[in-house]
Amino acid sequence: MAESTASVASIASAGEAAAAGAAPAAGVAGARAAGLAPAMRAICGAGNVLTDPLELRTYECDGLTSHRATPALVVLPSTAEEVAAVVRACAAAGVIFVARGSGTGLSGGAVPHAEGVLIVMSRMRRVLEIDAVARRAVVEPGVTNLSVTEAVRPFGLFYAPDPSSQVVCSVGGNVAENSGGAHCLKHGFTVNHVLGLEIVTPAGELTWLGDGTGVGFGYDLLGAFTGSEGTLGIVTKIIVKLTPAPEAVHLVLAAYDSLEAGGRAVTDIIAAGIVPAAIEMMDALSIEAAEAAVHCGYPDGAAAVLLVELDGPAAEVEAELATVCSICEAAGAREIREADDPVQRAGIWAGRKSAFAAVGRLSPAYIVQDGVVPRTALGDVLARISALSAESGIRVANVFHAGDGNLHPLVLYNDAVPGETEAAEAVSGAILDTCIEYGGSITGEHGVGLDKSRYMPKMFTAADLDTMQLVRCAFDPASLCNPGKVFPTPRLCGEVPGHRRGPRPAAAPGMEVF
Amino acid sequence: MTADLAVIGKALTAACAETREGAATDSIERLVPAFVAAPGSTDEAAAVMRAAAEHELAVVARGAGGRLGWGAPPSRCDLLIDLSRMSSVVEHSAGDLVARVQAGARMGDVAAALGRDGQELALDVPDEATIGGVVASGLAGARRLRYGTPRDLLIGITIVRADGIVARSGGKVVKNVAGYDLGKLLAGSAGTLALITEATFRLHPLPAARVYVTAEYVSARIACDAVAAAANSPLVASAVELSRPEPGGPIRIGVLLEGSEEGVAARAMRMAGLLGPAETSLEPPPWWRGAPDAEGGTLIRVSCWVSALPTALDAVDAAARDAGLFASISGPAGAGVLYLRIDPDVTAETTAGFVRALRSALSGERGGVVVLAASAAVRDALAGYGGMAGAVPSLALMRAVKDQFDPGDRMAPGRFPDVM
Repeated sequence: MAESTASVASIASAGEAAAAGAAPAAGVAGARAAGLAPAMRAICGAGNVLTDPLELRTYECDGLTSHRATPALVVLPSTAEEVAAVVRACAAAGVIFVARGSGTGLSGGAVPHAEGVLIVMSRMRRVLEIDAVARRAVVEPGVTNLSVTEAVRPFGLFYAPDPSSQVVCSVGGNVAENSGGAHCLKHGFTVNHVLGLEIVTPAGELTWLGDGTGVGFGYDLLGAFTGSEGTLGIVTKIIVKLTPAPEAVHLVLAAYDSLEAGGRAVTDIIAAGIVPAAIEMMDALSIEAAEAAVHCGYPDGAAAVLLVELDGPAAEVEAELATVCSICEAAGAREIREADDPVQRAGIWAGRKSAFAAVGRLSPAYIVQDGVVPRTALGDVLARISALSAESGIRVANVFHAGDGNLHPLVLYNDAVPGETEAAEAVSGAILDTCIEYGGSITGEHGVGLDKSRYMPKMFTAADLDTMQLVRCAFDPASLCNPGKVFPTPRLCGEVPGHRRGPRPAAAPGMEVF
Repeated sequence: MTADLAVIGKALTAACAETREGAATDSIERLVPAFVAAPGSTDEAAAVMRAAAEHELAVVARGAGGRLGWGAPPSRCDLLIDLSRMSSVVEHSAGDLVARVQAGARMGDVAAALGRDGQELALDVPDEATIGGVVASGLAGARRLRYGTPRDLLIGITIVRADGIVARSGGKVVKNVAGYDLGKLLAGSAGTLALITEATFRLHPLPAARVYVTAEYVSARIACDAVAAAANSPLVASAVELSRPEPGGPIRIGVLLEGSEEGVAARAMRMAGLLGPAETSLEPPPWWRGAPDAEGGTLIRVSCWVSALPTALDAVDAAARDAGLFASISGPAGAGVLYLRIDPDVTAETTAGFVRALRSALSGERGGVVVLAASAAVRDALAGYGGMAGAVPSLALMRAVKDQFDPGDRMAPGRFPDVM
């Protein structure tokens, strides 16, 4: 095939690239990747292959800037067939490849490999099909999350997963990370809203996982693929489930003098059998930051602000609203506000949504942590975080999805002060240890990526991780597809010794072959 | 099997005292397992599985046995693992809306335990079905429209691999993206990848009130419009069921609304307006179904996009007319699923011809025609017509997954005939 011939030729040309100083990665493997440039130009067009070191550096990290690597080569394919050809060229040459969407990930999942090709999906951003009757849309992976909802709004529908970065993050990236968002408490995660994927396998084959019906035969590869952080292949088309836009949306803000009081309200709301669309909480430090940044007008001096959003049929939301307000009051709210029109709601949400960035005003540097604890352990864990902060002198601002126990502690530090970076990292790590101790998770929505693979052995046994990697071996035995992410140590995917193959049942008479 | 039965029996009994020889009552179709082991814990199940690996035994797991007759039967079964001793709700954290349950627990018992705290595992499956069986078969009923299927509610799973190694994925928090989600892979895997011993689920509060809104239509097209209108309505239907029990007879549509007393009453009025002349009731109509059941006949699942429902119904009628048979239709049409049931007295050739014609008529649509349960004669007749599943995309990847998890092809061998 043309690609493999080109890749052989390009290995020879790698020397020239290195001589010209264009090969950013030292070593044979990096040169081999850079040497794929001519083959990639033939596939994607010259303008869609980047080799200039300055251009390559643009892609050295994703949303988590503490992990960086300059890719040997960047390609920007425009079609699924181009992606497949690019991957086939990499596979033939034994070159590592990493896919990247909008680069907003917070776990280093899309950090390139210095000896590999970075495949940027941003050219593929069309909404290909909307079927309002079936509540389905077919989109390309580079399309942004919010633009799906915008495209289907005229039909009274929306795309439910709504990560905070939804204005820029790509749906393909959401699939890789199984993204959540504030409203996943009620509406579920990306995996509950993606019903079909066209993927390029690590061998470079185009295939479909799921057909958009949500019903399939055999193994749920669609479910296994979603959230695999780009390690099982590259998504080229996505069939998403659309949801009827809620008739009524009501947002309640309740201010408390302590996090404990706010936490009590959360517990009581759940105990009342209500599943709000979102339950968010912010502590005094994050409120202060948000106030300074966007003047969101949250109640002065509150130790905790609770946001509860209810959505659904008007008759249900009205009934739930009355219950939620009385629960919030009974828990000791010093102030309760309600908003049902979109502008007012957006104003209140602005404080919450700006929190991460706003913390930048309080501190020269900070770590955004992402851990999960059972909701019922929130109070204990927040007390532990507070103690960790007091012991270390490192400030921690708490913003969290209280409804599902997903904490986003913001660990603040000054990187100009010697030793403070290490102290902040220690606090951040200790928070994850606490999450594990309480039966939670090291990540609720940001993913493991490069950043947290070292914590995986604390949450899972070696056997658990080995078993997960059986899936990896099935999809990517050569370990070329975004290696080094999710798992702390790769698994060798060779033949398993000591096992014999049974007779093939398909060969038996009367058996079906499909 | 690699050794004589006495040696194997001794090894299995050493692993699990509750091991006995298989009897006719344990048979799956005509296949009688040599041994039946009933482990009482994941550790004991692991010991049994290690012994099975040692002696290269073909292993089939059994919960309530309700769907052991679905799909192709196993080609071999040396060891049946009976999960009935693993039947407890290990942990129910009501404040977290999660429960961890052993694989042999019956859905009815689980529902009773969760119901005491006003919560439920929102799958409409038979009370006697077991957790492990429901996950392994991917079984779901009418409310799949709102709550999804077992894979959507499963947040953690414990399995014993074919080689006897215990592995877990997920956990006990609903929001969790650490590692690959093995639960997704195991849900619907029909026992062919590993033995499921425990599962953790997200729960939902039991609704305070339920109302069913039902209507009847002579025109299939208008009935399909009603299905789409109900499923797409912001009134939030939990289920939109369709039923047509008689050939050429009226099509019934039933919509389930769940919520507060006042809320569902108001929504039901408006839903009735959407459906045209309609009735509301606090009880399900007599034709309302939970999970599908073959009832001794051939059970076929047709899946499609809701926009293609009229095409699917037309195709069923045309294929049935041409074959000279009658297929009763029911199912969660709002979720794009219909179940067809064909009487056992229809000949195997006729049934298989119907399936082939239906697949051919719907080949241009997204979706599929899968025979979920059929007699040996029907299965044989289907062999030349695409088998029970028809065209399956990504078969090579499925084979690779099976190869990795079960390289000896000992887990329910033959259940997915061409995957291994």
